[in-house]
Amino acid sequence: MFAHRHLLGIAPLSPRDIADILDLSERYVDLNRQGAKRANVLDGRTQINLFFENSTRTMTSFEIAGKRLGADVMNMNVPTSSVKKGETLIDTAMTLNAMRPDLLIVRHQSSGAAALLAQKVNCAVLNAGDGRHEHPTQALLDALTIRRRKGRLDGLIVAICGDIANSRVARSNIPALLKMGARVRVVAPPTLLPGGIERFGVEAFTDMERGLEGCDVVMTLRIQNERLTDAAIPSVREYYDRYGLTREKLAAAKPDAVVMHPGPMNRGVEIDEDIADDPDRSAIQEQVEMGVAVRMAILDLLARNAPTGGEEGERGGDPEERTMREEAS
Amino acid sequence: MTRHFLNARLIDPADGYDGPGAVRVEDGLIAEVVRGASPDAPGVEDALDCGGAALAPGIVDMRVFAGEPGAQHRESFRTAGASAAAGGVTTFAAEPDTSPCLDDPALVQFALTRAREAARVNVHVMGALTRGLEGARMSEHKFLLDAGAIALSDGGRAVASSKVLRACMTYARGLDALVVCTTQDPELSAGTCATAGETASRLGLPAAPAIAERMALERDLALAETSGCRYHAALLSTAGALAPLTRAREAGLDVSGAVSIHHLTLSEDDIAEYPTFFKLTPPLRAEEDRRAMVAAAATGAIDIVCSSHNPQDEEVKRLPFEEAAAGAVGLETFLPACLRLYHAGQLSLPQLFERASAAPARRLGLPCGRLTPGAPADLVLFDPDAPFTLDRETLRSKSKNTPFDRQRMRGRVLGTWVGGARVFGG
Repeated sequence: MFAHRHLLGIAPLSPRDIADILDLSERYVDLNRQGAKRANVLDGRTQINLFFENSTRTMTSFEIAGKRLGADVMNMNVPTSSVKKGETLIDTAMTLNAMRPDLLIVRHQSSGAAALLAQKVNCAVLNAGDGRHEHPTQALLDALTIRRRKGRLDGLIVAICGDIANSRVARSNIPALLKMGARVRVVAPPTLLPGGIERFGVEAFTDMERGLEGCDVVMTLRIQNERLTDAAIPSVREYYDRYGLTREKLAAAKPDAVVMHPGPMNRGVEIDEDIADDPDRSAIQEQVEMGVAVRMAILDLLARNAPTGGEEGERGGDPEERTMREEAS
Repeated sequence: MTRHFLNARLIDPADGYDGPGAVRVEDGLIAEVVRGASPDAPGVEDALDCGGAALAPGIVDMRVFAGEPGAQHRESFRTAGASAAAGGVTTFAAEPDTSPCLDDPALVQFALTRAREAARVNVHVMGALTRGLEGARMSEHKFLLDAGAIALSDGGRAVASSKVLRACMTYARGLDALVVCTTQDPELSAGTCATAGETASRLGLPAAPAIAERMALERDLALAETSGCRYHAALLSTAGALAPLTRAREAGLDVSGAVSIHHLTLSEDDIAEYPTFFKLTPPLRAEEDRRAMVAAAATGAIDIVCSSHNPQDEEVKRLPFEEAAAGAVGLETFLPACLRLYHAGQLSLPQLFERASAAPARRLGLPCGRLTPGAPADLVLFDPDAPFTLDRETLRSKSKNTPFDRQRMRGRVLGTWVGGARVFGG
């Protein structure tokens, strides 16, 4: 059974954990397709969506997931400016912790931020993206989408294309897919492949056609404007020419290959409109739907392992103590 | 005043002697060193029976951030001095990157006066190589040296402009000053906190390639060659830096290089859980680099070992790894950390004291770092085997940011003497 207190990344999960999450997600997919979409497994629980980085899509997905399960959901957007004024991540977390939430969903611009929070608070922490490190619910929803389209993950060839070096989506998807028995390729210009990638258990390609050859799934990643300013790519048009997913390049993959993108998309940069909006090839809208179901499953599982009150002495003497100290000072 | 150290295990870096002996100290200087069994001396006044513990010249630390002026919440000369004494360090050179920085002769004098009032070990300071450490205009080298600066350095900042550094080195050459530089290419290193490679990629940390060090060092060495300046690379940490340094020395340049004890004992394998006490500058390197640095410290390809003592308060360390301040305290753990290399069979005790005491003393032109008559009686007495578990809260530094917290260490300092006066233990 799922025995984790937090979901900080894919790395600590076993293949069995992932399969359990996906199985439970399927049940929530069914629920979400009904008129009355309510389950009550989080009744009375408080969920805080603590976002230090703006992301309407991810926050909305978590909010809907929590509400459908009956939790009281609060959204907190912490603009970077107020953090710069001296309130640190930990200060914010301690304050929230004192209000006794049950589930804390965190997005932060620094790698490792979710893990740091988890050390300081009593509630379950769910990583909604930390810097370039991990975005575990994205990998799980991608796995669910693939499993539903292909009926399995084991033995599939999945190509992840684009800015691998700066992508937390890639860093979660690689271990998730490998754990589930898929073969993973990464395709990117050499400047966007992270150092030591050859030791990740993936095959790395710098040529798009060769990388896509025989693939079952093609995932493209968003390319950020910063990649131009940090001199990783020469121009958007050259990037599109070499790495933009077009029908011609996709022809190298299997005829029934599925196209995915974590969103938001830059149409005409990393992916052609014509493919992105083709319901036969693209699973992009399905990914969004699966996102809600996967997040419901994770919230459900974490709430089962969360303290139910009256045991905080055992759970987190240290954070309690610190909170009291901070209030006293 | 006379003091006899009897029944000691003498560690003499000058000729590699590691054996029984005794030392007589008179008026703050070493008066006599006797090798072999200590004489029974019932009549000897003020004798200290060392009971076979190791007696070595005190450590000379070339890279210490001491907090004054401007950062007394992190460290002061008093607390840095106490940490030094407890770690067997009898002399250290303080960094100029204080606030204000030591780019003015009055500030150098002020820092030295404060240090001599507050610290019980010998303290020297480095003067700023450029004004405001900004790497744009030369500071008043002669005035700074006259005020007592022992070397010229921009501390943790590399001088980005080759033109400015060339001018500084050429000018300093005329004063026979030692120029101490940080060797990390500033552009490649900007905004990074790890070494490019598998570990940084897995952790998603912004990383600089290891060659950022070699590139900066090679440029500096080329400028040292054309200027003829005495040059010291303050902190080397990568295997790639060793060949250029060795080549330069073989070509007859007056150059040296140091490695911090943290880069000899820790590697990026230690940062898997984002522990901010392991965030250093330069960042921890691959395990192969660490091994190469240990081998270089053993052969002498790297001349000097330093602590790179960098106290940081809790507030700037309890942040996500990328945002946290870099640096670790190292004075008080200097000797026990060094002894890890001894216990691993990588360096003998005389070799360790050559790198950590004799060589830095020579480089700074100081008379200490020797176990010979006439040298200052700066001594450390220690039990190299005594095991203990480090508790960071017990450190004497104002800051407790040690990567060795809760780690098992071996080697305890029993006593430290500066100019014959006991400053620690007893």
